[in-house]
Amino acid sequence: MRYLPLHASEREAMLARIGVLDIEALFADIPADKRIDGLLDMPLAKSEMAVERAMTTMASRSLAAGSGPFFLGAGAYRRHIPASVDHLIQRSEFLTSYTPYQPEIAQGTLQVLFEFQTQVAALTGMEVANASMYDGSTACGEAMLMAHRLTRRNKAVISGALHPQYADVAATLAHMAAEKLVRLPPDVTASEDLAAAIDNETSCVIVQSPDFFGNPRDLTPTAAAAHARGALLIAVFTDPVALGAVRSPGEMGADIAVGEGQGLGNALNFGGPYVGLFATRAKNVRQMPGRLAGETVDAAGRRSFVLTLSTREQHIRREKATSNICTNSGLCALAFSIHLTLLGAAGLERLAKVNHANAVQLADRLSAIPTVEIVNAHFFNEFTLRTPRPAAELVEALARRGVIGGLPVSRLLPGAGLDDCIIVASTETNTDADRAAYAQALSDCLSMKA
Amino acid sequence: MNVQGRPTRPETAASSARGTFTGNRGLDIEEALIFETGRIDATGVDIDEPAPFRSKLGPHARTTAIDLPGLSEPEAVRHYVRLSRNNYSIDAGIYPLGSCTMKHNPRLNEKMARLPGFADVHPLQPVSTAQGALEAVEALANALLTMTGMAAVAMSPKAGAHGELCGMMAIKAAIEARGEGATRRVVLVPDSAHGTNPATAALIGYSVRSVPAGEDGNVDVEAVRAALAPDVAAIMLTNPNTCGLFERQIVGIAEAIHAAGAYFYCDGANFNAIVGKTRPGDLGVDAMHINLHKTFSTPHGGGGPGAGPVALSSRLAPYAPVPYVVREDGALRLVEHAEGGASFGRMCAFHGQTGTFVRALAFILSHGADGLRQASEDAVLSANYVRASLNDVMSAPFGERPCMHEALFDDRWLKDTGLTTLDFAKAMIDEGYHPMTIYFPLIVHGAMLIEPTESESKASLDLFIMTLRDLAIAMRAGERERFQSAPVHPPRRRLDETRAARQPVLRWTKPRPA
Amino acid sequence: MSEIRYTKDHEYLRIEGAEGVVGISEYAQQQLGDVVFAETPPLGKALKRGDPAAVVESVKAASDVLAPASGEVVAVNAEVESAPGIINEDALGRGWLFRIKLADAKELDGLMDEAAYADYLKTLG
Repeated sequence: MRYLPLHASEREAMLARIGVLDIEALFADIPADKRIDGLLDMPLAKSEMAVERAMTTMASRSLAAGSGPFFLGAGAYRRHIPASVDHLIQRSEFLTSYTPYQPEIAQGTLQVLFEFQTQVAALTGMEVANASMYDGSTACGEAMLMAHRLTRRNKAVISGALHPQYADVAATLAHMAAEKLVRLPPDVTASEDLAAAIDNETSCVIVQSPDFFGNPRDLTPTAAAAHARGALLIAVFTDPVALGAVRSPGEMGADIAVGEGQGLGNALNFGGPYVGLFATRAKNVRQMPGRLAGETVDAAGRRSFVLTLSTREQHIRREKATSNICTNSGLCALAFSIHLTLLGAAGLERLAKVNHANAVQLADRLSAIPTVEIVNAHFFNEFTLRTPRPAAELVEALARRGVIGGLPVSRLLPGAGLDDCIIVASTETNTDADRAAYAQALSDCLSMKA
Repeated sequence: MNVQGRPTRPETAASSARGTFTGNRGLDIEEALIFETGRIDATGVDIDEPAPFRSKLGPHARTTAIDLPGLSEPEAVRHYVRLSRNNYSIDAGIYPLGSCTMKHNPRLNEKMARLPGFADVHPLQPVSTAQGALEAVEALANALLTMTGMAAVAMSPKAGAHGELCGMMAIKAAIEARGEGATRRVVLVPDSAHGTNPATAALIGYSVRSVPAGEDGNVDVEAVRAALAPDVAAIMLTNPNTCGLFERQIVGIAEAIHAAGAYFYCDGANFNAIVGKTRPGDLGVDAMHINLHKTFSTPHGGGGPGAGPVALSSRLAPYAPVPYVVREDGALRLVEHAEGGASFGRMCAFHGQTGTFVRALAFILSHGADGLRQASEDAVLSANYVRASLNDVMSAPFGERPCMHEALFDDRWLKDTGLTTLDFAKAMIDEGYHPMTIYFPLIVHGAMLIEPTESESKASLDLFIMTLRDLAIAMRAGERERFQSAPVHPPRRRLDETRAARQPVLRWTKPRPA
Repeated sequence: MSEIRYTKDHEYLRIEGAEGVVGISEYAQQQLGDVVFAETPPLGKALKRGDPAAVVESVKAASDVLAPASGEVVAVNAEVESAPGIINEDALGRGWLFRIKLADAKELDGLMDEAAYADYLKTLG
């Protein structure tokens, strides 16, 4: 077996040194009636070629997003990732290293994390960021718990335009931690009155911008309303490239900014692994979950980096930890960081501009089709479309014509009266031909009802 | 109060002079931060300026500049290649961290994960277009069920600690469904447990009651019975435990727990010792997370990502979170809403770490039933070989007793040398090794936990053993200075962690002009 | 005339008339290593003997400092929040954590005096 280096004769020699006759003697502590002799319901070992054949066949039964016109976002975005990114993250020293607990031999990882933290803080307009969370949705849940700790209150108010699955994660966490949650009804047109929902028991207001339906929001009044009542504003985003075009959470007065970093450096991967971004004001750092890389010097006075403020974390504080997180999303954070380093601010702004321009072009084309309405007054690279036909079957009909047209809102918000809405995304990967194909397919579907 | 600290500042200052103009030494290169070498207007990605268009951003356009530099592609590649060279990795040498299972990360896994039918599939594509990706999830789930002998598996948790949270949430949901949520508020946790266990319990409102380990390193069923009361919701046990020992009384403990109306959570971090040798379901476990980045070889990536699917007993299966994959009429679909069932809710957006699943699946298919059992046997064999080869020069807390996949030593053998476990670890770095886990588990003084895994050759183990013997003998012979100043060879010497914590600098800021 | 008493948990109580000053012992600060963070209790808080009152953290460990005796917190040492290192430099002096108005003089009998604490430390090895 190609991954097992020991030879039979070596095993014998090792058993002899240990002083037992056979390997079963080392498993003697397992109760005899609970021992099994291998796994009977599983095939035997396969060669690399055989595994490759089986898995390639399996993969061929999915439609790759890049194989046709693709306009789906809703929290995960198809990006063009420069070739260097995937090559660099596969270097042995990045791919196969561990958490940098021995900093003398992990300065590569630690310096990357320090750069990543700086980038995330700059992008979000906040003062300090951590070394990543699992993804945007769990980062959002952790931000809620952090707000409870900071305000010593336990009621969160959640916008009706937060990604529904993010809201579900927060709701699960709140229920389990016996905390209160007020969830505003779905808000497609960014017209909800968040200030009215905040009272003196509120610990935080959680708002997404650009929101689930594609609307960029001015969070400044919400921040003011929250602060007036002693509550915190948690700003959420699901595409980091949006921050290259719209106002940052920090600018708008957010206390904590969380989001999904997948849109830079990371493939779609059918939902994971992704990377959670988490940033806050410097005064809140002790209550921030997750790992932190900090600057220091070594015994020879040279600048170095090390994991720090660890006493917030589970391995020291145990039941009093700020979170139970241990493994985070290091390699995905590295991919994010490399992509953003390659872009720089100038590149990011231009990339955001192209995303927006493509979305505007698509919106113009689609809204020219009779009975198609675009709901958003403003958008970045996603908008909500309404047609007379139920969205779920319309999206299936488009798929049969080779176009992935977006997310039927009813898939994530069933029974909310939004069965005619599709959330459509457009990134830099879409071409004129893609847009033409979508418009044609949509027009055909609406006129033929087939 | 807990007085467990240790020195976090180098005792002596060393010369920083490296004798070269650059400060570099051969292949060991000093690399600056991107903020110091990049330019605000530089970019390494060519993006065409779009044709003129009417912006729909309205008043929401960003007005402040983003203060982040860019680098051209050659500069960026050079930056990251140089940084990577300052890292130890399992590809470069043995990584004997206890309970981390740092085994070889096969590149076949990486190749399979990058197939477009897995990597370039959006989680919310119409399910009919994602069958291949769903098959990978289902195939891994079935393999995990076979290995654990349990009834169901929740695939969405994103890491081991997240899996612990999932399992404990399922337990809490089951208890609430029985109407006992107000009375069962306590979770039993051994004092040898990994910190994530009590942290997880506390996160969902449980208080932790400690169960002491016995003199033999195992949890005694009588100690569990003494701690059991009608207020107990669950016990969280690691098996094999963090001392590297199989919990001999686990079946009795499970029976006592169940008889008291409580649930059994098993931390599966050490599953590598028992795959194909016993099944957690047969031992009475109700929920167990599996660290795919440990037992199933998915790479650690410098701190993640991982994945922590949770196997559930039939008692807990009804409460599993959404989403999960079901097979209906020959096709796979996702159940994404609780649909009036007993599911306790959702752990994360989308479906879980599919990229990680594909890697684990490639590993499992490659090993097969026979290979997986051989891997467990070799892991246990190697750990015992290391233990038997060192126990005359180092001290073990539980005597000559065989271990499972990891060998535990304490620091009694260093008494009177004036040297510590930390000094030993830092000297290993000079020898070209990543140290073993140190100061964990907390119940053993100056703990040293060594897990070689099954992917080390005997030659590699022999050199490792001989090196540790040499170091141990030198430490006992009184060579203090060498050990207290170690390491001297890697790119950095001991760091001032005190300063990092007292004056935290967590991001780069532009230096003010003098 | 002040007198110093110790707990098995390495807290000290320096008795000054009807009040007591609380901190961690010389042994504790040595074992903990460099202190990087200290948090004192809120003024006015009513502590019972054994309640977690303050937190002292080094890089590698976090410690709850338990109240050695019952009483109301009447003063806290602001200096330890900005310069936690004084706990290492002068644990018994400038590194004090908080001051309480002693509620029950009888509790003092349960604490070790300097000599008894020194003997106790010898048993720890």
